[in-house]
This record gives sequence, structure tokens and C-alpha cells, in this order.
Amino acid sequence: MNRLAESSPDGREETVETPQQADRAVTIFEKSVPGRRACQLPAAGVDEVPLDELIPAGLLRDEPADLPEVSEPEIIRHYNRLSRRNFDLDTGFYPLGSCTMKYNPRLNERVAALPGHARLHPATEAADAQGALELMYMLQQSLGEICGLPHVSLQPSAGSQGELAGLLLTRAYHADRGRNPGKVLTPDTSHGTNPASVSMAGYEVVKVATDAQGGVDIGDLRAKVDRDVACLMLTNPNTLGVFDRNITEIASLVHEAGGLLYYDGANLNAIMGQCRPGDMGFDIVHVNLHKSFSQPHGGGGPGAGPIAVSDRVEPFIPRPQVVRVDDRERDDSDPSEHGRKPVYDLDFDRPKSIGRLRGFQGNFGVFVRSYAYILSLGSDGLAEASRTAVLNANYLMSRLAEGRSGRYLPVAFDRHCMHEFVLSGAPMKKDLGIKTLDLAKRLLDFGVHPPTVYFPLLVDEALMIEPVETEAKEQLDHFADAIEVILEEAEDDPAVAVGAPYTTPVRRLDEVGATRRPVIRQPS
Amino acid sequence: MAGYTPTTPADRAEMLEAIGVASIDELFEQIPEEVRLGRDLDLDRGRSESEVYDRLAGLAEANRLAESAPNFLGAGMYDHYVPAIVDAITQRSEFLTPYTPYQPEVSQGGLQVMFEFQTAMSELTGLPISNAGLYEGPSAAASAAYLAIAATGRSGLVASRGVHPHSRETLATHAAGFGARLTEVGLEDGLTDRRQLEQAIDEGTAAVFLQNPNFLGSVEDIATLGEYASARGALLVVAVDPMTLGVLRPPGECGADIAFGEGQPLGNRLDFGGPSFGFFCAREENMRRMPGRIAGETTDLDGRRGFVLTLQTREQHIRREKATSNICTAQALNALAALVHLCWLGRQGFVELGELLARRTAFARARLSAIEGLEPLHDAPVVREFAMRSSGRPVDRLLAAPDGAGPSLPVYPLGRDYPEFVDSFLVAITEQRSPDDIEWLATRLERAAA
Repeated sequence: MNRLAESSPDGREETVETPQQADRAVTIFEKSVPGRRACQLPAAGVDEVPLDELIPAGLLRDEPADLPEVSEPEIIRHYNRLSRRNFDLDTGFYPLGSCTMKYNPRLNERVAALPGHARLHPATEAADAQGALELMYMLQQSLGEICGLPHVSLQPSAGSQGELAGLLLTRAYHADRGRNPGKVLTPDTSHGTNPASVSMAGYEVVKVATDAQGGVDIGDLRAKVDRDVACLMLTNPNTLGVFDRNITEIASLVHEAGGLLYYDGANLNAIMGQCRPGDMGFDIVHVNLHKSFSQPHGGGGPGAGPIAVSDRVEPFIPRPQVVRVDDRERDDSDPSEHGRKPVYDLDFDRPKSIGRLRGFQGNFGVFVRSYAYILSLGSDGLAEASRTAVLNANYLMSRLAEGRSGRYLPVAFDRHCMHEFVLSGAPMKKDLGIKTLDLAKRLLDFGVHPPTVYFPLLVDEALMIEPVETEAKEQLDHFADAIEVILEEAEDDPAVAVGAPYTTPVRRLDEVGATRRPVIRQPS
Repeated sequence: MAGYTPTTPADRAEMLEAIGVASIDELFEQIPEEVRLGRDLDLDRGRSESEVYDRLAGLAEANRLAESAPNFLGAGMYDHYVPAIVDAITQRSEFLTPYTPYQPEVSQGGLQVMFEFQTAMSELTGLPISNAGLYEGPSAAASAAYLAIAATGRSGLVASRGVHPHSRETLATHAAGFGARLTEVGLEDGLTDRRQLEQAIDEGTAAVFLQNPNFLGSVEDIATLGEYASARGALLVVAVDPMTLGVLRPPGECGADIAFGEGQPLGNRLDFGGPSFGFFCAREENMRRMPGRIAGETTDLDGRRGFVLTLQTREQHIRREKATSNICTAQALNALAALVHLCWLGRQGFVELGELLARRTAFARARLSAIEGLEPLHDAPVVREFAMRSSGRPVDRLLAAPDGAGPSLPVYPLGRDYPEFVDSFLVAITEQRSPDDIEWLATRLERAAA
């Protein structure tokens, strides 16, 4: 860790800028030079009719959009330079809790880019898109088996859209029974998207407390479950990284009151092939393909949030749904009609469906990657992935229970964790004068992405750590060692962490100023 | 089984010892017996990389048409040429594999991309602010409705039937949650019916949704139609095809309060419908009601220019049930693809491409109209897509392969969404559809219509 010496706080005022820091941010718009260009378009090959003879002049644009005027080499250079100002998973450890930053296999990129997938228009007739529909059908089947629920809709674009879909399904399910309950229960440890989705679905959020073991407080749940509860949204293992042992009791409490159980699949990576939400009593599950199923996060998307549901919720799932047309049904069809009835088809005829959540069939490119991943790992590999994820998390937790981290960063719930765990930085803040934020920023100087911080809200100065199965033991050790060094230097001089980071392309940024005086585009 | 997990048996033994347990099973004892699976998942066992490649390649080959014939399908997603630099840049690990930029000090690349993207989309739409991207087009309509309901305190939504059917259906799905009601306004000669529109808007209308060009390809007079919305205090929300904004008057100059759209035509491949991105632009008064991520410029503690996610007090991770949206995905990689494509086209090329589309579309419409048994569905001006009506043969017969077994003709049958246009289909033009391709389509239709 020689770089520590270089970034010593001594004489910080005169700290020499790294070359990257000296290279100030310049936008592509500022690099624009009139007359430069990159593209060469094909000739129209038809008459050069003046445009206002085709479209009334009043409907035409007067001034071109002020896009940059740059050559192709400049574009490549600009974005390659920008890319170097990003930390990424292919470069280093990324233990963001509840984000499941696992390796993104390059095979998946290769197969997703095959022209048969990548250039397939979404409105192609089903008979001409049999490969795509078969893939979607097989992915539906696979996710259904992993979740323990028989029906899957791939349509939701992300976990949060899966949540909203689940809540709209809940609404439709109750309405079909002539009911209109108004409340949705969520634990106080839930992801922020849960309550936001609840509001968008027109429900009222009711928080349920957490007990001393980190699970749902059964007494509080009992007090809040009534006929006005539409559903309970739960993550299990939850955001504290612990498995709720009372899950079957929780499920029956909610079911007895007529409510449904919704499973936030953000933490599915802990349990693949070990246990299944459907077997725990959940009616609706969303799965984050960009978490457990290796779709790259892309710096904030794309992902996909398919939902798996029980029989009683199935009539309401979004349309269209990919179906396998029964062989007998196909034989019965009049061959002279179209000559070819497809094996896989899109079923629009779903009268109780909540309808569409988005255009076309969903994020197919993500489905290709996740299906390739499921095929690669198989039943054995998926189970092994979850087992190793849990092993890694417990190992790292045990490493961090030693030495200074054990003293200053106690684990929030002292029991074996699942795939992630939560530490509290409260003693560190009190005894050393450095906050969780400072520790996070100092980690950046060690080439490590910090864990999720200040979440869950329940834990003071929280650090939520998810090491995933694709990290080697050495990497976990490096992380634990770095934390130890940071705490040691903080005992000596807390200012080191408080002033961190030192080696990143920019240092701490003024976020308050950015909100107070928003500059959210290049001035024209 | 794929080798994505580095842990060796020796590592495992050492780690278990450090944890203080004898086996991994012990760690799973916290899962109650009665919910444990107790068997293998009913899936195939893992396969080698080459076997998985073969399987996926086989599925790709089972999709016909993807490469073999010129494709005139549009209806919101278009087969534009994606320049090589888009792949080169978006496949870089530094853009492909990070998470959302929660630690701005090590995410300046992604944040600056968002800032540049916001600038580009704001330029295209003529509206002052843009977010960093939403899931895709139709669901962005639902986001616009949610904003409009909050901004106006009203719950009525009015949408022209010229708005993409998927957007309208998505609005209806979400309206059940928002407690909103959706009213549709019909079309007359390919354009939104003005009289019906005026009647549909009232004091309870939160937003009026129009699309330009509309689903039939017609260029609407948004400024005139929009006056009905502003007269009643409703927000004017306009869906636009970004590729037409080199030539069409931008929504910001037509009185739109919000412009949104499907971003796929910019730098994103078809991918059977996704992933792509949605864009969302608005006027400044709605800045703090915007959905999604927004990047802003700031400085670091040494005064260097930098970028951060900003206005985060709108968002779910802070505001929870009071958030302006539950969306936390910006489709950042897809937005980057769009930005690179727009830089490649540049100020001049973007206009040239729009002109090329308009001229080839006019040519194709005239060529197909010369076919006996076909006529334009309407006479409204078009820019990149147009609707044809078959006066003789039913559309499914017209489009079916002559031998009954080959792929059908790649145009969009309007009967899928519009019972009133069951005799019509849409033809979409991109710079990849040459005059020869148009002639190929015309010849096929001539034979089929005869």
C-alpha cells in the first residue's frame, strides 16, 4: 500500500495533482469546431425535393439542434478519456450491498450481439421470431423454477417496475374479488423503491418494525394486519442480510387476512437452489436480472425486473405473454389459414390482464444474457453461486469482526448472515471522529468501491456489504486489510479520512451547491 | 459449470475455519427446514461456454428476417445504422460494468456522459431540462402523467389515438394506480380530430398527450392542437421520434410542457424491443417534479469542475413514499449509445439524416401509391413512416409469403392496434432502406395485390 504514503495528509495544501486531476473536465460540446463532422451518410438516391414542398414550412425546424461538430477520432478519444474517469467492476472490488455486483460474463455480450437477436424487430410476426420467443419462454420457465412459482412475465423493465407491476396485480386481484383494501405493509428496512412504488399504485404505506434478530417484528405485524391490508412487501433475506425464520408464520398471518405476499427479489442471490420464495408463501416475486443473473449494470441500466406469480395471480399478469402453443391445438388449426402456426406465440387475449407496463415485449437483450448465464451455470452452478456468495459474506464478516474493525464497526446483527451484512459506523464516529462517509471516501484511495452506505436507515452510520461469489478470497482480505489501515491511520489522525479521497479524478464534490444552483445542461 | 467462481476447496476450508463452522450447510441453517428446497433445481446442469454459444446461436438463427430481407417495420422502433464507434465505446468495461454513480469521485465519466446526454436531448426537443433517461418510450408516458397529476392537482388524462397504442395502453395500466381516468380522442384524415380534442379537455384535465409524427406517420400541427390544452390549464405532453427532430419543429417551440419518447432510433439496436431508453424533457417549473436521475455540474473541494447526481430529494432512496417516481434506472448505457450516435451525426448530419428520411419516405409513398389496389390511408404530410390502405386483398393475404411458408412481408399491419384500419399497414423508412429496397417492396406488393 505504497500509495498511502503518496497521499499522506502532511502538507496537503501543496499536494501535487495527479495527471488525471490536472486534466480538467471539458465537455464534447466545448470541443465542437464549426465545420467538423464524423458521419458520411448515403446519398438519398431520390429527387432532392425542397423540404417545404413535402411538409408545411410552419411545421419545420428553423434552427438546427446545437449538437457538437466533432470528427470521429475526437469522439473516440473524448469518451475513452471519460471512461478512465470511472471505477468499474472489471477493475476492482465493488461490494455494494443489495446490488449484487457479480462478474458479467463476456460470452453473454457476444451472444446478445448476434444479428439474429440484435437486429430482430420487435414487431416481427411470431412465426418469424421463433428463436426469440422460445428463448423468452425458456427463461420464463427457468425463473419460475428458481422462484418456485409457476407463471412468469418478463415484461417489467427493472426491479422498480416489477414492484409496481406486482402492486397493480395486487389491486386487480382484490378488485376481481370485489375488494379494495387500501394499505401495503413494508418493513422499516425495505428498499426505497418499495414505498415509492406503493404510492404510485395508489396505496398507503404502513411500516412494520424490525425485531431484535433483524426480522419482522411479529407482534407489530399482528397489530397491523387487517382486512384493509392489500399485501406485505418483503425481502428475505432482508436488507440486513438475515433470513427471517418466521417467514411461514408471517405468510399465514397475511394470507388469513386476505392479503397477498410480495417478494422483492433484490436479494435472490443468497438463496438460488436453496429455497424458493414460492415455497415460503409468496404470491408475487420480482427478479433483478441485472443482479442475480449477471446483466451488466451499465453505469445505471439497462436491467430487467421479471415477475413470477402464483396461480391465483396469473389471470392478471401483463400482456402480451409468451406462450407455447399446445401441439394438439396446432394440429387442429386449419393449415390453409396461414400455413404455419407458430410453436411459440405472444398471447394478447388476456381479458383480466392489468395491461401493458411498457412497449413491445420487454428488455429482450437482457433476457439473452440472463438465459446464457442460467445455461452456463445450470442447476449445480446456480446453487454453488449462492452457497459461495454466502460463504464469502460470512468470511468477510468474520474478518471484519477482528481487530480495529471489530471495535469501531460492529456488525448490526450478530448472527450468521446470508449474502450480505450490515455494520454500524456509530462507534467509529464517536471514538475516532470519522463518519461512515469518510471511511467510504478513503476506501476509494485503496482501489475499492465502498459498500452501500447509510442504508438500511434502521442502522446508525450503516455500511452494507455484499461481496458476491465471483470475488476471490484475496480480494476479501484486501478489503478487510484496507479497512484496518484506514482505522489505524484515523486513530493517528482522523483528518486523513475526513479529507479523502486524494487519488481520484476529482476530490469530494459540492453536492449541496449543485442542488441549490442546478446546472443540468451545457449552457447554449 | 462455468468458472466464474474463484474459490478453491482449499480456500473454502480456510474460510470456513475463519468463520468457525464446519460446512457451508451450517450457514444455511438459519433457513427453516420446512422451506428448504431439499433437491436440485429442475434445470439442466451447467454447460461449457462453447455449448452455450451454440445453443444461443441456434436460437438466433431461428429468427428469420433479421438479416435476410430489407425491413420496413417501424411502429416506434427503427432499423437505423448504428455506427461502429457506438459498440466500441459502450463495450468498454468502464462504461459497461459500473453501478449507478453513487460515488461521484470515481464516476466522473458516467456523470459527465449524463450531463452531455441531458444537453443533447434538451437541444433536440427545445425544452430547457432533461433527465438522464428512463426505461423506454411508452412507460415515460406514465411518468409524464404522474408528474402532470402532481403539478395540476387534477386527474384527467386525454390522449390522441395518434399516440402509440403501447403508450396509451401503458397509460391505462398506470392510471388504475394513479386514480386517473384516460379519455381517447379519434383521428380524422390521419390527424388528431381537433373538434373531438377540444371537447375532451376540461377543467379536470391534467395532461393532453399528442404524438409527432403520430402513429400513422402524420406530422401533426402540435402548436395549434396544444392551444386547447393550455387554454384549460392542462399540461401539453408530446411524444416525439428523436430521429425526426432534425427537420420537424421541436416540441419546445410548439408549447409542449413535457416531451418524451422512445430513444431506440438513436444508437440502439432493435434487440426485439429492448433494452433501449426513454427520454424526458420539461420546462424549468417542473424541474423538482422530474422522474429519474439527473446529473448536475459542480466543483470539488479544490475547485475542479465535476459532476454529481443532483436534485436527489425527488428520489425514492431519500423520499421513499413521497418520491416523484420509483424509477432509479437511467438506462445509462443506452443513453450513452444515443449520445455517441448524436455526436457522430453532429449538428449538420442530424439535419441531413432527417432530410434524407423525408425525401425517401415521400418517394416510397408515391411509389407504393402507384400500385393498383393500394392507396395512402391519408394525405397528411409524413416524414419517415406512412400508412397504406389495401382496397382489394385483406392485409394478412397481402403480406403473407407467396408460398405460404416463407417470412411475411416486413411491414406493420395496423389491424393489430386499430380495428378501424384493419385494411391498412405502416411502412417505415431509414437511411438503410435504399431506393432499391423500396423497389423490392413495391414489386412484392404489386405481385401480392394483383
